[in-house]
Amino acid sequence: MGEVGLEAYLFVGAVLFVCGVVCMATKRNGIGVLMGVELVLNGANINFVAFSRFTPLGLDGQATALFVVVLAAAEAAVALAIALNYYNNHLTIDVDRGNELQG
Amino acid sequence: MTYLLEQAANGVGGTDGLLFWTFAILSCVGAIAVVATQNVVRMAFWLVVSLGSVAALFFLLHADFLGAAQLLIYVGGTVVLLVFGVMLTASGHTIKVQTSPAETLLGSGVGLILLCVLIFSVGSVDWKDIAQRIPAAGDSPAVVDAREDVRLSEAIASAATPEAKSQAEQAQAEVQARRQSGRTIRQLGLSFFGLRPDRNLNQPANQPLATGYLLPFEIISIHLLVVLIGAAYLARAKRRVTPGSGTDL
Repeated sequence: MGEVGLEAYLFVGAVLFVCGVVCMATKRNGIGVLMGVELVLNGANINFVAFSRFTPLGLDGQATALFVVVLAAAEAAVALAIALNYYNNHLTIDVDRGNELQG
Repeated sequence: MTYLLEQAANGVGGTDGLLFWTFAILSCVGAIAVVATQNVVRMAFWLVVSLGSVAALFFLLHADFLGAAQLLIYVGGTVVLLVFGVMLTASGHTIKVQTSPAETLLGSGVGLILLCVLIFSVGSVDWKDIAQRIPAAGDSPAVVDAREDVRLSEAIASAATPEAKSQAEQAQAEVQARRQSGRTIRQLGLSFFGLRPDRNLNQPANQPLATGYLLPFEIISIHLLVVLIGAAYLARAKRRVTPGSGTDL
């Protein structure tokens, strides 16, 4: 298989991204949807860091990946607070039950 | 046993290759298991496996600070937060909310198609050509490291006297030690102050100066503060609907 190059890392990022998207789309548990978001962000991060290693862009990819990690932590905190509120109001975490705003 | 490991390592591109394939497969298996598992607590466990393997991949990409940050913030922080969320929301019947088989089938079908599209498009691009078209000066870190390796091993091979050979080997060991000690933390910290020594040092005078990330850093700091206050406000204790009262609000 030879030397590990850019493509191999991009493939891993693609697998994580697709798993995250499928997780977001099919899980009915609100916390499960959040885990899907984390997977998507990690797939993107792998791409950023791989490009910062294998292209002359250098450190920019790693800096961007750090911003993504911080944003993901913030997003998880807010989304969890929303999920707790949702659970308090609906007594379930099933996202299919939250259809009150349906037009 | 050691011999077998060495053989396997030679087959997949050295120790780096062996480690890469181990952690790549672990992270992919973890991600797929997150999708496939219905129990939320087990999903959290597989998420830890997947994110930890991604941190290992970051270390393999010589991003030591980012790998450590991934372990600390994601595996140590975000996943614990998610597990707390599971704890506070799961009560008996809600810990397993099943997806219907038709939805699972549809989702995995669409996911497979998406994966095929992504893999096809990644495979159809000549990334080496793209990397050479980027106008930034210099080569990628991987190319620089490879060239340095070749130069050092040539110096060892062409050394005439034993003294010169031991000197060249010492130089090689120093380079290895420098790589393992990590080179990104100080540069990342300076780039968040708006300074780019990795770009601006040893450049010709007419080269435009590269800028750092001072403004995004300030913005994300305020963002974190706002999120902290917002999350505390959203999650504050409120009147709770009693389970026996019948209708949901």
